Amino acid sequence: MDAAAPPIVVIRNLTKSYRRGSQSIQVLSGINFDIARGEFVALMGPSGSGKSTLLNLIAGIDSADEGSIRIGEQEITRLSERELAHWRAGHVGFIFQFYNLIPVLTAYENVELPLLLTTLKRRERREHVEAVLSVVGLADRMDHYPSQLSGGQQQRVAIARAIVTDPEILVADEPTGDLDRVSAEEILQLMDRLVREFKKTVIMVTHDPRAAEKAHVIRHLEKGELSVT
Amino acid sequence: MGIPYSYSFRNLWTRRLTTLLTASGMGLVVFVFAATLMLAEGLQQTLVQTGSPDNVVVLRKSANSEVQSGVERAQAALLESQPEVAIGPDGRPLLAKELVVLINLRKRGGNKPANVVIRGVSAASLQLRPAIGLKVGRMPRPGSVEVIAGESLARRFKGCGLGETLRFGMRDWRVVGVFDAGSTGFSSEIWGDADQMMQAFRRQVYSSVIFRLKDTNAFDAYKARVEGDPRLTVEAKRETRYYLDQSEAMSRFLRILGLVLTVVFSIGAVIGATITMYAAVANRVTEIGTLRALGFQRKSILLAFVMEALLLGLCGGLLGVGAASFMQLITISTMNWASFSELAFSFTLTFGILWKSLLFSLVMGFIGGALPAVRASRMNIVEALRAT
Ligand SMILES: Nc1ncnc2c1ncn2[C@@H]1O[C@H](COP(=O)(O)OP(=O)(O)OP(=O)(O)O)[C@@H](O)[C@H]1O
Ligand SMILES: [Mg+2]
Repeated sequence: MDAAAPPIVVIRNLTKSYRRGSQSIQVLSGINFDIARGEFVALMGPSGSGKSTLLNLIAGIDSADEGSIRIGEQEITRLSERELAHWRAGHVGFIFQFYNLIPVLTAYENVELPLLLTTLKRRERREHVEAVLSVVGLADRMDHYPSQLSGGQQQRVAIARAIVTDPEILVADEPTGDLDRVSAEEILQLMDRLVREFKKTVIMVTHDPRAAEKAHVIRHLEKGELSVT
Repeated sequence: MGIPYSYSFRNLWTRRLTTLLTASGMGLVVFVFAATLMLAEGLQQTLVQTGSPDNVVVLRKSANSEVQSGVERAQAALLESQPEVAIGPDGRPLLAKELVVLINLRKRGGNKPANVVIRGVSAASLQLRPAIGLKVGRMPRPGSVEVIAGESLARRFKGCGLGETLRFGMRDWRVVGVFDAGSTGFSSEIWGDADQMMQAFRRQVYSSVIFRLKDTNAFDAYKARVEGDPRLTVEAKRETRYYLDQSEAMSRFLRILGLVLTVVFSIGAVIGATITMYAAVANRVTEIGTLRALGFQRKSILLAFVMEALLLGLCGGLLGVGAASFMQLITISTMNWASFSELAFSFTLTFGILWKSLLFSLVMGFIGGALPAVRASRMNIVEALRAT
């Protein structure tokens, strides 16, 4: 890795608290965090430590109380809701624990969804979708509905959906949390390949030490603060 | 581009039982809506077809119908001599002095009485109504106690069939013929010789004078002159106008009744659609969060759910209109409110009613889906995603 290259994620003094009734719970208290381009980062920590919260803030689906999050050239804490949605469509890929595929859409259509937010023509979309589905090894399952696929296959479709717009960063919240060991291993290898071969930056929240092993960097979150292993 | 329509459609298809039940509720309302409009339409068409634009009906001033009207013999004679009256092939004016009386007859298979129009006619009466033709039997001989009956009446009323005998006006009248008057109001009438009828009912005056115009454009001038004539206290209307006016009250009543019923029922159907759509939103919270995370705007989510509700409404509309179109096979007989006589007509589906019904179903779907769609679009992404 080139040490001189600017980091793709720069987080400064990030704080986030949630209100529950009259009391407010401080989840993140002054996080400073840089992620280099092409890095595979694992976020670990006890349940309730704020891992998902941090990931959601980086992905631009939650708003911070204070601090800044710069991703590439974009300071995302300054974007309006509309702008943020537009930004996410082009810059972030999401991988969820429970895959979150749309049940009434086929694998093909699920992967095509993010492309509907671009100006690509139908034929170009088809090329992109077919390309990423063959990357995840499911070119022959395009017309299957999520319910006709195994958990591992569904997660691979979800990964195809996450990379189809060619975003710089991928966020994954416990991507292997719902999978058996074999499927989990396949998914981790796939993510590893995305980093090596496709130069993606991956930020993954996980409880599984085996999953964390694949990462270049493991960060621990505890009591609202980040520490290096 | 937003969320594809197939997304909305397939979600409806996936829960097709719920969709069908909800759509049936809306279908029922659309059915009532369409059916009453069809009824009003059928009534109006029947009555309007009864008239011909070249014919003029002359009634006593401010009499709304033939039943309320009276035209004295001297006045009738004066009307007969007007230059606008067309002359028939037999060299006599195409003008009929008619008497209209309501009597009570009993229906076949049951003893329910109903009002029936008895029309005393003259020689020109049949010529003035080309839509009417004798189907079986013959015309009554002038000066005889013979009558002919309209087809729908002959079928439904006691004593009105060919060869049967009717008692009214203290005489027995033999039915010597049955006439076909298509779907006009005449098919619910009994015709006999006007002079015989006047004697039987002890009437001194005719009810109306009907004639064919020599020149259809001469109507306005004729109307102005005749209505201004101090010897004549009459009012002239084109026959089409006359029957349209006749149907006005009844069809307005039907339309208002339909509207009231529809509004009341539609409240239920809309609530049903709202419940269904709220359930749909609640079941798809994670899905909504996912779509938003992928970059779809609130507006797209709103649109997808509104589309789903509109499709649901359209299903209901198609069900309702489909069911209503079967009503065309049914003939209704009811009171003609203007003359209080029996009138047979059918539900008539027009293109106008069709699109009004479908539009109405879309409006119901929209109202039912609006609040759930707003809720779906207002969701917080993180909270929606945590709902797993
Ligand atoms: N919308 C919310 N409202 C109130 N509290 C919240 C909300 N979201 C998160 N929290 C609280 O913030 C804290 C951190 O939550 P978060 O989901 O980030 O934890 P986590 O590290 O991902 O935990 P896990 O490993 O169980 O997924 C928790 O105490 C949680 O209860
Ligand atoms: Mg979490």
